[in-house]
Amino acid sequence: MDQQSVQSMKSFMLRNSTETNLNLYDHLTRLLMKVMDERPHNVVDVIEDMSCDLKRALFEDKQNTLQDLPQSIAAEELAEQQRLLFCGPEEVETPLPNVSEVGFYLEQAGVGLGREELHRIFLALKQLVESQMLLRCRLWGKILGTESSYIIAEALCKELEEEEEQKTEEEAEKEERQTNNEENETEMDPLPQSTYKPPPVVPKETTGTGANKFVYYVCKEPGLPWVKLPSVSPADITAARQIRKFFTGRMYAPVVSYPPFSGNEAKYLRAQIARISAGSQVSPHGFFLVVEEEGDEEDDALRDNCERNPDFEGVPVSEMVESLSSWVHHVPHILEQGRCTWVNLKLGEDFNEEEEAEEREEDPDEEEPEVGPPLLTSICQDAEMFSTPPWSSRMSSMLTAQHSVAVLRSNLWPGAHAYACGKKFENIYVGWGLKYEGEGYRPSVPPRPQTEYPTGPEITEALDPSVEEEEALKESLEEQEAAQEEIEGTDEEKEEEDDD
Amino acid sequence: MNADTLYYSLELVSGSGYTLNVEQRAALQTSLTILKKNYKFNRVLFWGKILGLKEDYFIAQGRGVDEIQDKKNLYSFNCMDWFLLPPATGSMMAKVAKAAKGHFMGDPSYVYEHIEISRQGDREEQLVTKVNEESRLAVTIHQIEEEVAVIPRGAFIKSPQDLVQINRSFCGLSESEARKLDNFLHCREPKNLKKRSILEMGDYNPAIDFLEVLSDDIPKGSWSLQFECASRVCVLRSLLWLGLTFYHVPMTPQHGYIYIGDGSKNLDLPFML
Repeated sequence: MDQQSVQSMKSFMLRNSTETNLNLYDHLTRLLMKVMDERPHNVVDVIEDMSCDLKRALFEDKQNTLQDLPQSIAAEELAEQQRLLFCGPEEVETPLPNVSEVGFYLEQAGVGLGREELHRIFLALKQLVESQMLLRCRLWGKILGTESSYIIAEALCKELEEEEEQKTEEEAEKEERQTNNEENETEMDPLPQSTYKPPPVVPKETTGTGANKFVYYVCKEPGLPWVKLPSVSPADITAARQIRKFFTGRMYAPVVSYPPFSGNEAKYLRAQIARISAGSQVSPHGFFLVVEEEGDEEDDALRDNCERNPDFEGVPVSEMVESLSSWVHHVPHILEQGRCTWVNLKLGEDFNEEEEAEEREEDPDEEEPEVGPPLLTSICQDAEMFSTPPWSSRMSSMLTAQHSVAVLRSNLWPGAHAYACGKKFENIYVGWGLKYEGEGYRPSVPPRPQTEYPTGPEITEALDPSVEEEEALKESLEEQEAAQEEIEGTDEEKEEEDDD
Repeated sequence: MNADTLYYSLELVSGSGYTLNVEQRAALQTSLTILKKNYKFNRVLFWGKILGLKEDYFIAQGRGVDEIQDKKNLYSFNCMDWFLLPPATGSMMAKVAKAAKGHFMGDPSYVYEHIEISRQGDREEQLVTKVNEESRLAVTIHQIEEEVAVIPRGAFIKSPQDLVQINRSFCGLSESEARKLDNFLHCREPKNLKKRSILEMGDYNPAIDFLEVLSDDIPKGSWSLQFECASRVCVLRSLLWLGLTFYHVPMTPQHGYIYIGDGSKNLDLPFML
């Protein structure tokens, strides 16, 4: 036996028992010492008894008032929480979707979260619908995180409270700024004011329109409380487009990234949900109809409302698999600006007239509104990115094709799936919440450092002249002087001559 | 994951989003039994699925006497007809690394081409690298096996004949052990086994600890360890190869891994943590 294995054996023997707090090494030492001291007859026959004696002699008083507190493990705590899902009175009329049917079709499509887990999620959805009085609700999907995952429910509700809250927040911020300005003014020597003007903030879409059409609720495990996500702002969407980060699973964790993402993970999550919904929620052609609304904004404004077509007959599965033109987007496209409908930032901005005029000259293109594809555009018109077709379609079963389900998988948003079967369809997203990036993500480069002050001749440092240069300059000056003297000197010379 | 417990195991890993439908499960149960008999494997694993644009590859793995050395991979499109994949060689890996990019097509005879133009003075030389998708598939599976195949500590044992075999007396990690990455090992030939300090030696067993530990992986945090299915099952997901899911039910010998994904390595990982 080499040194190492001896050492490892010894350290193994030195480990204390968790029950008696003894270790084998000490025990054997004491036992052998006892044998040496007593030298009994036929020691090998009585060694077990001696060992027991020794242990009994060491017996410690266990009649302690202190008792072990049984540690509750996570599974037990969760089970207590989930128990509530399984008891509860049956409501008659709820907008809860037919849960087991969706689960069945999803499994046919090869997508799922596990049957039991899915059922628990649906019970949790039921709880959500009952507690929040939602108009409509469905399972949006699941986003995996590094520490835990988010289960996401999409809901339609009538509330307008949240907006008011935010308005008051904004007002409070403005007030704070004003007070700050006032404080600055009262100071004797005010600090130099920054000339930086932040670019105009793209206004948020109101709840119920565009990317904020639905409200999203999130929970970590079915049975744990649902948390409402904040509404999405265009700034969040544009920032989320530039970063590539895993979710951690903690909603209030900051998103550490470059370019910086303002806000916590809940906002990042909401922005990704908006992007995924806009990019990958599809329905069979003809299932939805665009609703014409009269007297709503300008004529060219995008219609972002569609409703179920009562006359929808269903598209045959084979057709849905073969041609992508039978699938349409039913969630409006999000523009570069981060909104579904374009807003002119110049309106309502109080610029100086001169500035405005200048800017107009510089970029007249900016005035042109961005236009995205209209609602219910077929997915075969989706742009091909990274030389990958954006969608793959499958039939759920090759052997019994006539009863199979058409399955559509997004290649740009790995994890986004849609199925259609007869008059039914559903979208689900289960994945990491990240877009396919082709050959690799290129983080944006930090901007060039700004100049500290305007460079001009009066503050640029000049090189000291060398001795030669100095002398050359001197000589040239002397020459000039000499030339001048000569001109003047012609008269003087005569005088001088006279003097001599 | 073991083909015999496929139905049970799939439920436990389906938290990652993918599963197999009933038709595929039934077909696998039939065809993998035949596969095991025909190729004389000791056991057959359902290894996973690689998603292609047109078709998906279903992958099975047969294991012989040695759990790490004797591996053979097979692929199929319909879960019934299996085709043996060639073993991944060094030259094949170099070619695939150069030429293959993007999603899998779903056609094993599809040829990836890569043209490299090298200029020497005025002469232009074209170096064309060609590789078909079958080789790419073999290489990708080999890489995934090498980098992220996982077993819990103690599940495999090194016999005196230097064979790696299943430990029949393995009865699972305890709940608290399963929360530590130290107790999960890479199921591959160890490349540089870390020397342990004397403090850690007490628990050291050369018959068990002959593999590398996940917690030594670089970068730190390339694994996501969670408890799922009502906190009963320990689930490990690789962030390096998105799509690899490993499960272990604590206090039972049940463990296994499956890969369902597009077969590309997550090279952006350093930015994403």
